[in-house]
Amino acid sequence: MEKPRPLWDNPLQFIFACISYAVGLGNVWRFPYLCQMYGGGGFLIPYLIMLIVEGMPLLYLELAVGQHMRQGSIGAWKIISPYLSGVGIASVVVSFFLSMYYNVINAWAFWYLFHSFQDPLPWASCPLNSNHTDYDEECAQTSSTQYFWYRNTLNISPSIEEYGSIQWEQAICLILAWLVVYLCILRGTESTGKLEQLANPKTWINAATQIFFSLGLGFGSLIAFASYNEPNNNCERHAIIISLINSSTSIFASIVTFSIYGFKATFNYENCLSKVILLLTNVFDLEEGALTADNLDSMKNYLTSTYPNQYAELLPQIKNCSLEAELDTAVQGTGLAFIVYSEAIKNMEVSQLYSVLYFIMLLMLGIGSMLGNTAAILTPLTDSKFLSTHLPKEVISGIVCFINCIVGLVFTMEAGNYWFDIFNDYAATLSLLLIVLVETIAVCYVYGLRRFEKDLLLMLGHKPNWYWKIMWAFASPVLIISLLIFYLTDYIRTGTLQYQAWDATQGQLVTKDYPSYALAVIGLLVAASTMCIPIGALIIFIMKRLKKRNVSTLE
Amino acid sequence: SGINRLREVQDQKISNVLLCNMTERVSFWFVVTDSARNVTTVPGSEVEAAIRMNRNRINSAFLLTDNTLQFLKISSTLSPPIEPTVPVWVIVFGVVLCLVVAAILFLVVSGIRQRKKNNNESAETGDLEDKCDTPVTTENGIPCDILDLKAGQINGVYAADDERFTPL
Repeated sequence: MEKPRPLWDNPLQFIFACISYAVGLGNVWRFPYLCQMYGGGGFLIPYLIMLIVEGMPLLYLELAVGQHMRQGSIGAWKIISPYLSGVGIASVVVSFFLSMYYNVINAWAFWYLFHSFQDPLPWASCPLNSNHTDYDEECAQTSSTQYFWYRNTLNISPSIEEYGSIQWEQAICLILAWLVVYLCILRGTESTGKLEQLANPKTWINAATQIFFSLGLGFGSLIAFASYNEPNNNCERHAIIISLINSSTSIFASIVTFSIYGFKATFNYENCLSKVILLLTNVFDLEEGALTADNLDSMKNYLTSTYPNQYAELLPQIKNCSLEAELDTAVQGTGLAFIVYSEAIKNMEVSQLYSVLYFIMLLMLGIGSMLGNTAAILTPLTDSKFLSTHLPKEVISGIVCFINCIVGLVFTMEAGNYWFDIFNDYAATLSLLLIVLVETIAVCYVYGLRRFEKDLLLMLGHKPNWYWKIMWAFASPVLIISLLIFYLTDYIRTGTLQYQAWDATQGQLVTKDYPSYALAVIGLLVAASTMCIPIGALIIFIMKRLKKRNVSTLE
Repeated sequence: SGINRLREVQDQKISNVLLCNMTERVSFWFVVTDSARNVTTVPGSEVEAAIRMNRNRINSAFLLTDNTLQFLKISSTLSPPIEPTVPVWVIVFGVVLCLVVAAILFLVVSGIRQRKKNNNESAETGDLEDKCDTPVTTENGIPCDILDLKAGQINGVYAADDERFTPL
């Protein structure tokens, strides 16, 4: 007799689990960055259109598949067609890559959180150099928050080739992060739902990509979550709710982020101005208050004409302060979360409180998404009879967490952040597009749209209306194919891939080329997941051929 | 207002501090004369050393700080940021780590105990099926609610596909 499949206690738990998975760090740092780069408020238009055309239909599709097949991603796709078992495996591989590097972000969040209990905050001021005469050289070139991120936290090396050693402080934070994830998944579905998450042509392509990755399609996590649903759960309504909440969290987070951008830009601009004023006042012995922010330009002209030689000597040191230039330096990714926000926080009153609150929020977002990722890996593993008979669930979860933790230690090395960026940029992007494309085509054309309609009728009590059907059958596949073509042509056109390396002597990022083995790793990452699909189909095809041949030889 | 009190030389008065080269900017050059030897000035290195030692008092006399009062050629020793004896973050890390490990151990141990209890119970329920507290409608030993959901149960009575053809 088979054990009954565990179920969510109520639909609300399922919704919260999906929301906590979908609302992640991407809502906080990637969406505001895209908004700024692609026209501010105007970016919302392609974003909302893509949400309706691509996001909601595909989300509904994945939830319905999981809920109907009641299996993780590998089992679900095997039921749809045996040739598609590769799709499920590809999803699991991508989820595996994701969980390897994603938890490092949580480790960093823990690091910053633990350091928030100091007064003053450690990133508020630069450390001094060895003879205490001036600030540390690297820190003086850049800002104290950037120094804290690049030197104290990452201890980053100048390029990806220089490995360095494992930073033990980051390593123990990573181990702690994995222990927390293990604690949450130990009890299986019962625990993942209880985390409540609320805090969190190129424009169109970025809108489409953002919706895609923001909702977490293609990883198998949504299928895994939905497989624990009651069969008559109204996943259509839930798909709409989850995607709307995910998008509104993104928009809300951008409002906050834009005010932080403005604060940081104004602060830096005013700092820059005072430095220039001080320099000019000192050199030309002007009266205090003669130079202000308003008359700076006219005074500069006056000084150029009156003391041309001295001014010319001074010219390299005088920076042209511009508020627009400060605003344009949009930062995304880990830079935004850890540098810009910590810089804004250090200038607030009661900065420790805000710092603690902010990093707890980052942790909750990050761990919520991690639970979705690990569910995507664990559900197919625990579904497979082979593993679940030999090992209890706790041991399987422990082994998965342990392997991921060991591999994740690579990201705590001095060059670790460069490898992190490689995984972040390439492990999931192309493969996910392909996986979701195959999923959509499989459900619509291999399984059959009519059959799927009937299943939905059985589960929900009503057939999906024409909007869903058109999106599934035509709009979403066409969109994904165009996204794929765009990405491939972009990769081919730009030639060798480059990355941003931190130069300690200059105190800023410089562009470098990836060495050949890094390019090989990138190729391997993409190939490992995408090749699963054709290889899976091929293996099943061969096995069936062999079976037919065996049967025919027996006759 | 008692600006400088050089330690070695006594009887210095304000009249010993001579200012020159004053500009619009609040800045000036100054020398300190030695009243004992009328004409000569106190050597610059001694003045610098004295200022370095008394920097705080000079600052407070002007109601300024190291950032707002600058002595050219005398770079101020910046006060290092306050570092607590034990790094605070290690303490917080230790606390959180202990809590998490304790919670994991608790869950694992309770899970093992639960499984042992279930194994003992299932050995007994085989005989006591009729005396269950919550009657679960069963059919051939399979609870009905699962039967409704699944497409069907594989009944082991029927031979597997491969054996449909009796081998020769």
